[in-house]
Amino acid sequence: MLLIRCPYCEKDLPEVEFRHAGEAHLVRPSNITEMSDAEFEGYFFIRQNPKGIVFERWRHVHGCGRFFNAARDSVSDKFLTTYKAGEPKPVLGDRE
Amino acid sequence: MANQIALRRPVLDGLSVQRQWVSVKPAAPASRIALRAPAESLSQLSASLSLTLPSKVRASATSGTRTALCLGPDEWLIIDADGVDIAGEMAGVEAFYSAVDVSHRNVGIIVAGEGAQAAISAGCPQDLALREFPVRACCRTILGKSEIVLQRTGDQEFRVECWRSFADYVFTFLQEASRDPLI
Repeated sequence: MLLIRCPYCEKDLPEVEFRHAGEAHLVRPSNITEMSDAEFEGYFFIRQNPKGIVFERWRHVHGCGRFFNAARDSVSDKFLTTYKAGEPKPVLGDRE
Repeated sequence: MANQIALRRPVLDGLSVQRQWVSVKPAAPASRIALRAPAESLSQLSASLSLTLPSKVRASATSGTRTALCLGPDEWLIIDADGVDIAGEMAGVEAFYSAVDVSHRNVGIIVAGEGAQAAISAGCPQDLALREFPVRACCRTILGKSEIVLQRTGDQEFRVECWRSFADYVFTFLQEASRDPLI
């Protein structure tokens, strides 16, 4: 079983306690009423889904209940690091 | 009996499992509060509850019949004997907090004996070895397909808290797990 480190519980915990919650670091625009349909589509629906390093939101739903962010390799499924919600993207360095 | 309007019937009333290495029994009815509060409110709440609320996730504190389990960075489950008005004791606190009475939502199950850890590990994916999950450690986790709150109350004793509607499933799961020949 995959172990995921929860930055709030500060512990490596089994993956079944966690839920994936989409791409991380999306910023909600402040002028949604003025946006064109195409711009809104870009914000609301279009995701990067790259092959390799991805930054994702995860939720420790069957644990502390908190959302946090994770950097994960979408090819190997290996979690490179996890960090609390609101913190900036970490510099991954040679962990890639 | 005749003057009671409604009779409270615990969901696991009368059920009990006693095997050579492990016993599974329903816990006595209890008062429970789901408490959410920011760090600034903790000192006032701790004073009103006569119990220091643990600030570290997965830690618990006990004082007399009262136990506080820290389930998340701002979330606690407080358990006390049946009939105790825990929320009433916090009524005078002016700091910001939210307290919800969940006494009847949860059911407690006590799993005890040399095989207690193995019986829970049959459905719980966490490492429950003493060095990883010491006495008084607690967490919200999973047992089989049900969410539970688990607390280690002794070297060989655990308290499992689950939602009332899951109690039948959780109790049967532990009953079957305790049948395992390795336990």
